[in-house]
Amino acid sequence: MLHRSISHWRRALTAGQISPTELVQELDAAMRSKNPAVNAFISWDTEAALAEAAAADLSLPLGGIPIAVKDNICIQGQPTRCASRMLGNFKAPYDATAVCRLRAAGAVPFGRANMDEFAMGSAGENSAFGPTCNPADLQHVPGGSSSGSAAAVAAGMAIAALGSDTGGSIRQPASHCGVVGIKPTYGRISRYGLVAFASSLDQIGPITQNVEDAALLLNVLCGHDAADSTSSLHPTEDFTSALGSGVKGLRIGLPVEYTSAGNAPEVEAALQKAIRTLTEAGAEVVEVSLPHAEAVVSAYYIIACAEASSNLARFDGIRYGYRVPDSAGLSDLYSRSRGAGFGSEVKRRIILGTYVLSGGYYDAYYTKAQKVRALVAQDFTEAFKGVDLILGPVAPTPAPRLHDDSLTPLQVYLSDIYTIPANLAGLPAISLPVPGAGALPVGVQLLGPHFAETRLLGAAAALEAAWS
Amino acid sequence: MSTPGINVAYIARLAELELTPEETERFSRDLNQVLAHVAELDKWDTADVQPMYHPLPVFDAVRPDEPAPSLPREAALANAPQQQEGMFRVPKVVESAH
Repeated sequence: MLHRSISHWRRALTAGQISPTELVQELDAAMRSKNPAVNAFISWDTEAALAEAAAADLSLPLGGIPIAVKDNICIQGQPTRCASRMLGNFKAPYDATAVCRLRAAGAVPFGRANMDEFAMGSAGENSAFGPTCNPADLQHVPGGSSSGSAAAVAAGMAIAALGSDTGGSIRQPASHCGVVGIKPTYGRISRYGLVAFASSLDQIGPITQNVEDAALLLNVLCGHDAADSTSSLHPTEDFTSALGSGVKGLRIGLPVEYTSAGNAPEVEAALQKAIRTLTEAGAEVVEVSLPHAEAVVSAYYIIACAEASSNLARFDGIRYGYRVPDSAGLSDLYSRSRGAGFGSEVKRRIILGTYVLSGGYYDAYYTKAQKVRALVAQDFTEAFKGVDLILGPVAPTPAPRLHDDSLTPLQVYLSDIYTIPANLAGLPAISLPVPGAGALPVGVQLLGPHFAETRLLGAAAALEAAWS
Repeated sequence: MSTPGINVAYIARLAELELTPEETERFSRDLNQVLAHVAELDKWDTADVQPMYHPLPVFDAVRPDEPAPSLPREAALANAPQQQEGMFRVPKVVESAH
C-alpha cells in the first residue's frame, strides 16, 4: 500500500481519504514492522512528524507528504550522524536548505536513512549502525552510499527520500533496489547543511517510486541559495513539463567504452532492453565515444579523497563530535578522538587524501587528477555535440551479496566506473529500474548535458511508461 | 608518477589520525594497490590541459557583505563535548619548549 507515488498520496490527502497524521502513522507502522530486517533507518521521530503533519498545509505542492532524509543532511534538532560513531551524539542546530525547501512546500521530513559512513561506500555496509539489507533479497546489499534512502523507498517504508551522490551514491543504490534516483546538475540543489564529503562532487537528489515523483521533488529542491556559494544561478523550471513528450526524434548516445567491459549478463540485458524500447519509441540510438572512460576511477578517488581529507579535518573533538575522555595535549586529543570516532573506510580515505595532497605528491596526483577530470568533462562536451542524452549501465553487476569480504578496496572502487563520470563533469544523471532484467533489480542510466534535467526526466518517463 | 610506497604511519601523523598497528598494515597494502592503479593516469598527456577544480564555471561567488544573524551561541555550543563559560573548552595548547 505504501508503494504508491507522491501524486497518489497527494490526491488521497486532498480528497480527505487519509489525513497527514494517518499517513505518518501508516509509515511508522511500516517502519516498525520492516526496519528490524532491512535496517534502512537509523532513527525516526514519529512524535515530531505527527506534530508537523497535523499542521501541514495541504494546498502546498507537497502538503502532508513525509519524506525520508539521508543521515548526512541536517534536520534541526534531530540526530544527523552520517552513520558514524564520530557524530553519535550530534543533533543538527539548523535545517539544511533542502530540508527548508521541503518544509516550505508542505512536506514532513520523517526518518533518518542509514548510509555508508560519511557517504563513503558502495554497499551500505560501512555504517556504524549496521548494514542495510536489500528489500528485494535480504541476503544482498542495497548499494550505497544512500543505502537506507533507496531501501526505504523500495520497501514501502518511505514514499520518497533524499539522498546524496558524490560518485554514484544516489543512482547505484536506486538501481540495486529497483527505484528511481536522480543526481541533478552540480549546483542545482544547495549543499548547505549537507555534511561535506567531496565538495566539488557532492550533490543532493531524490530517490523515488517513479520518474514523476523525482520531477516533483526537483521542482521543490532546486534553486539558488546564498548560503552555498556553489549553488547555481541557472533559472529553475517545471521539471514535470516534458514527462509526456516521449523520445521521438531524440538522439541517444551509447558509449562504446560502456558495452565492451565485463558487465554482468543482467546489466547487458537491461541495457539492450532500453536500447530496443528507445528505438521503438522513435529515438535514434547511436554510438559515441568517451575516450577517457577508463581513467575516471583513478581521477575520482584522488580528488574525492583529497577533498574528504580536508573536509573531515573539522572533526577534531572540539566543537562537535566524539572526544576521548582524557588526553595528553591537543594533538593527542585530535589523533585519538579521530582514531576512535571514524570507521575503517573513512580512515583509509583520509590517509589516501592526505597522501595525495602532501608535499612532493600534490602535482603528481592531485593536479594530474584534476587535469584528467578536465579531459573527462571534455569527452562529454564533444559527445553532446552529436546526441541529446547518453545511455549507459549504472553498475557492472546487480547487488552483491552481503558480507562478501573477498573484494579488495580497489575492486570495490572500480565498480563505480559508470556513475563517477557525471560527478566529475557535474552532469545530471538518472537511474531507472528495468523490469525483468534479472532476479535482482537492475537499472539503466541516462546522462544529460548540464541543466538538461527536464529532457532527462522526459526520456526516463517514456521508458518507464513503455515498461509499466 | 612513481609509486614509492605510502608510509601510512607518517601520513596518519600528518592527518592527526591514530591508527592501530593492524590498520596501518592493512591500509599500506590496500593503498599501495590503489596507488599502483592510479599511476595509469600517467598515460594521458595533460601537458596543455588546465586542471578542473570545479565542474561548472563559477565567477566571484560572493554575497553582499551585510550583517545578518548567525547561529546563537547556545546552539553553536550545544554539540561541544566540553564547554565552559560560553566557550569551547580545549586542552592546554601552548606547550613549553623542551
